[in-house]
Amino acid sequence: MDERAELLDLLRENARYSTTDLARMTGESEQAVEEAIATLESDGTIAGYQAVVDPAKREPEPVRAHVECNVTLDRETSYDDIAERLAGFPEVASLRLVSGDYDFAMEVEADSMGEVSRFVSEKVAPVPEITQTVTHYIMDAYKRAGHRFGDGEADDRLAYSP
Amino acid sequence: MSRERERPDPLAPSQRVASVPESGIRRFFELAAEMDDVVSLGVGEPDFAAPYRAREAAIDSLQRGKTSYTANRGMSELRERIAERVTRYDLDYDPEREILVTAGASEAIDAAFRALVDPGDTVAVAQPSYVSYEPGVRFADGEVLRVPTRAEDEFVLTRETLEAAGAERADLLVYCYPNNPTGATMDADEVAEVAAFCRDHDLGVLADEIYAALTYEGEHVSIAAQPGMRERTVVFNGFSKAYAMTGLRLGYALAPERVVESMNRVHQYTMLSAPTTAQYAAIEALDNCGSDVAEMRTQYDRRRNFVLSRLDEMGIDCFEATGAFYVFPEAPGGDANAFAEDLLQAEQVAVVPGDAFGAGGDGHLRMSYASSLDDLRTAMDRIERFID
Repeated sequence: MDERAELLDLLRENARYSTTDLARMTGESEQAVEEAIATLESDGTIAGYQAVVDPAKREPEPVRAHVECNVTLDRETSYDDIAERLAGFPEVASLRLVSGDYDFAMEVEADSMGEVSRFVSEKVAPVPEITQTVTHYIMDAYKRAGHRFGDGEADDRLAYSP
Repeated sequence: MSRERERPDPLAPSQRVASVPESGIRRFFELAAEMDDVVSLGVGEPDFAAPYRAREAAIDSLQRGKTSYTANRGMSELRERIAERVTRYDLDYDPEREILVTAGASEAIDAAFRALVDPGDTVAVAQPSYVSYEPGVRFADGEVLRVPTRAEDEFVLTRETLEAAGAERADLLVYCYPNNPTGATMDADEVAEVAAFCRDHDLGVLADEIYAALTYEGEHVSIAAQPGMRERTVVFNGFSKAYAMTGLRLGYALAPERVVESMNRVHQYTMLSAPTTAQYAAIEALDNCGSDVAEMRTQYDRRRNFVLSRLDEMGIDCFEATGAFYVFPEAPGGDANAFAEDLLQAEQVAVVPGDAFGAGGDGHLRMSYASSLDDLRTAMDRIERFID
């Protein structure tokens, strides 16, 4: 693994590793690590850093919905154009173009079901190229970004073993 | 009417068992058991669970009712895959006649001692090493000849240390690389030197290669792949370390047909067959869990770098261990037992004094890095505070 891939792998595992610890783990100097991270940030490879939070433990717990959007394209409008328009809304937590029965998979987050509904009906559905939306309210979350939600498991190994 | 003379306890331990001391880490185990918040670097097993696919395969086999014995030597599907797997170490074994699947590598090692050692035979044991070899030899009524490796050799076994210990008069040599407890590995030249010694003096070799997959610099070299060594070597490996399957108890031995036949004589009367559920898990592990092994190895390597850096920054001397998941630093102050006990009492960090692993380990500490980076960081912070 090259240095860039190694650092990305480590930061994706835990973005809170200190520069010093990253240097210790990779055998690089701290300065080299700092410069590599700065490059990853400035070239847009790293778009941001965020804690993986169990939504059930947020107060108040937000309402989230998975929204499927079908679109019809014309000569002047591309997927990117529609995505650009949708992604601007702060309610849109994630947005992906997918293969299959629908085109965009969108995660919407707001403070109440009413807000989510109004956002879909007033902001998403009226977009001319969007022909259909299907909204699935998220009922529970078990895993996100590789992390399982729950109490975590204690290390139950014997303190000493040969 | 009471008897005049007390008969000796009919259930008293045999002399053979009585001659084997309790494990040196038991005292520490009891101390740690009474403490909260112990961060343990004393653990000789992975902190990962077995790969999920392997666990699923075990469950699936149970649900399909696969709960019978298997062939004594292990399921043929498993032996075939093991034969294929070890070709990466230039080893070529016939799955029908030259592979024995056992309840952990430990059972294979014990079966080998009992199958090969006659009373009075001498078994040279390269040390420091895993704690089972010496008792295993004694249970087989063999004589142990300790061969201490040296810190200045970075705990690699050399012709010089073998000669210094008088190992030329031994019948068998037992060794383990990548090594527990030192983390030392041996490169091709070093292995060739030991192989030449064994050929020159007609020694059989029992090579414990359980940590082979956890080699961080270069490739693991098996002594059985050296010229003229296959016929005089038994190789032990298993699923405990590379696949994090310690509790499933599954290992294997690779040896010439006559040796597998003798070992199987012991195995079929003591174990009958290795755990069936674990064998199904192992088949899945070999078929589909290579990426899990690679990922665990990557994690261990990062932690290894981390721990070696921290020790170096603290001024604790430690050679660059390149295998297994152990580092073996010198104990600050020189007395490893006192250091390990004081560190446990003062900072609740568990490490194992090197002499628990036999000769040559004096004055050193085994620290396992099979723990999360958070735990390793906490442990290193505490050690740093302790030695300040």
